[in-house]
Amino acid sequence: MITIENLKKAFGGFMAVDGITLNVSPGEVLGFLGPNGAGKSTTMKMLTGFIKPSGGQICLFGFDILSDAIRAKELIGYLPEGAPAYGDMTPVQFLTFVADIRGMGVRKAQRINDVICRLELNNVANRPIDTLSKGYKRRVGIAQAILHDPKVLILDEPTDGLDPNQKHQVRELIRGLAKDKIVIVSTHILEEVTAVCTRAVIIANGRVLADATPSELENRSRYHHAVTVSLKDDDTDKTLKVLKSLTGVKEVEVSPDHSARYTLIPNSEQSSDLLAAVNKLVQENGWVVDEIFMERGRLDDVFRQLTTQNTRRGEIA
Amino acid sequence: MTQVMVIFRRELGSYFSTPLAYVFIVMFLILTGVFTFYLGGFYERRQADLTPFFMFHPWLYLFLIPAVSMRLWAEERKSGTLELLLTLPVPLKTAVLGKFLAAWVFTGVALVLTFPIWLTVNYLGEPDNGVILAGYIGSWLMAGGFLAIGSCLSAATSNQVIAFILTVVVCFVFVAAGFPLVLEAFQSWAPAVVVDAVAGLSFLTHFEAVSRGVLDFRDLLYFLIMCVGWLYATAIVIDMKKAD
Repeated sequence: MITIENLKKAFGGFMAVDGITLNVSPGEVLGFLGPNGAGKSTTMKMLTGFIKPSGGQICLFGFDILSDAIRAKELIGYLPEGAPAYGDMTPVQFLTFVADIRGMGVRKAQRINDVICRLELNNVANRPIDTLSKGYKRRVGIAQAILHDPKVLILDEPTDGLDPNQKHQVRELIRGLAKDKIVIVSTHILEEVTAVCTRAVIIANGRVLADATPSELENRSRYHHAVTVSLKDDDTDKTLKVLKSLTGVKEVEVSPDHSARYTLIPNSEQSSDLLAAVNKLVQENGWVVDEIFMERGRLDDVFRQLTTQNTRRGEIA
Repeated sequence: MTQVMVIFRRELGSYFSTPLAYVFIVMFLILTGVFTFYLGGFYERRQADLTPFFMFHPWLYLFLIPAVSMRLWAEERKSGTLELLLTLPVPLKTAVLGKFLAAWVFTGVALVLTFPIWLTVNYLGEPDNGVILAGYIGSWLMAGGFLAIGSCLSAATSNQVIAFILTVVVCFVFVAAGFPLVLEAFQSWAPAVVVDAVAGLSFLTHFEAVSRGVLDFRDLLYFLIMCVGWLYATAIVIDMKKAD
């Protein structure tokens, strides 16, 4: 259990983190979302005890990060931004160093072996970290974070710089870990949140703007339950007119790169039967359909809506 | 204690993983040779002791020790490993001590490798080996003082060159404080207490006593306080400057 209470951090006069309050329970995978400079990394640095908060409190399983720092840090596995590691060491030496600092004793050799296999570092296990590619370096950083099987795993942009296969692998790894652990992942890749997180927290300007499950967030999107239909050879103006006249349709968007692709945005939440209505329309007009589907909602749309609204308000104030 | 050893071993290993360590040791050995035989007039003095050898150590350390200490923390800060190290369950003091000890033992190794000069003087005459041992101990303690200063200034920046220059400047102040030229400048106007205080701050004053073979408790205390004080300052500087 992690409790963060009214956490604040000021750099000079600038509030990087401005009163964040969160509770995270074991089993949760929390995605930290926000534009660059929103205070994600700063929050994580305070959570891991690297920098001291200007105000507020952080407690990990009953250990205060300031007064009980060592015991709190023992619970945490942390991948800092950019996955720093001692470049002159090989992954095996580096992991041995971390294991020794953590005083892992007899489990050490077994665990090092485990994480090397798990992150597929076998090929580079004895090459200096400086000579490794970005993807390998990142995986060495993750290996170091999960080495002692921590109760709390904090990963700052874990998939940054990885190729799609490696991204998939890391996500699988996070999903595999999650059962009885707390995982906190910061990212600005939205698909990652839908892929691995059970909870998404959007922050901007150091404040929490939204805290919900990814699907709840998607529901807030104007594209929630919108119907997109692609037609073969049609008359755009005429079709647009017909589609707009449909009850429950608030707006029809024409795809800019594909003129015969329409997205119908519902005007209220209840109109989940829009798909049926469009289907009926297709049959009546004898249109040839390439594709028709209902959207769950677009997370990037919600993200943009929340974060830009906030900055605009900030500018006025 | 074991954590200190883990950090100590990693740090010492990293010295020898780059050519820097070997370059440093070779330079140190060449320069001690040059200073002892040419500037110190080792043969001309016709005395079986190592005074000309030890006499130049403060000046040699002034430029060589900052080269060892500059990377201690500046590199950690630059590469981001500072964040990694300080989020591991290890107290900051332990990390500061472990890294300092590695640098200190490293200079100790360089110092031990000057043993041919000890063999030479024993071959040529019958020196007082107790005095020579005291000289080595004094020299090593002085190296510790220089390194502790370097550790603190290395923690203040992520640029190793700046760390080097700052360390040379501060160390120079601590060496020059005991230099006759500086002391005479004070003598002309300041009371004797002030002159003594200035001289008492200097590496030179305390090192000279030890290298003559006089292991005075106060001289040892001076070096101990220098090390502990500057290492304590290192921890404070790191704590203050973590965020940037």
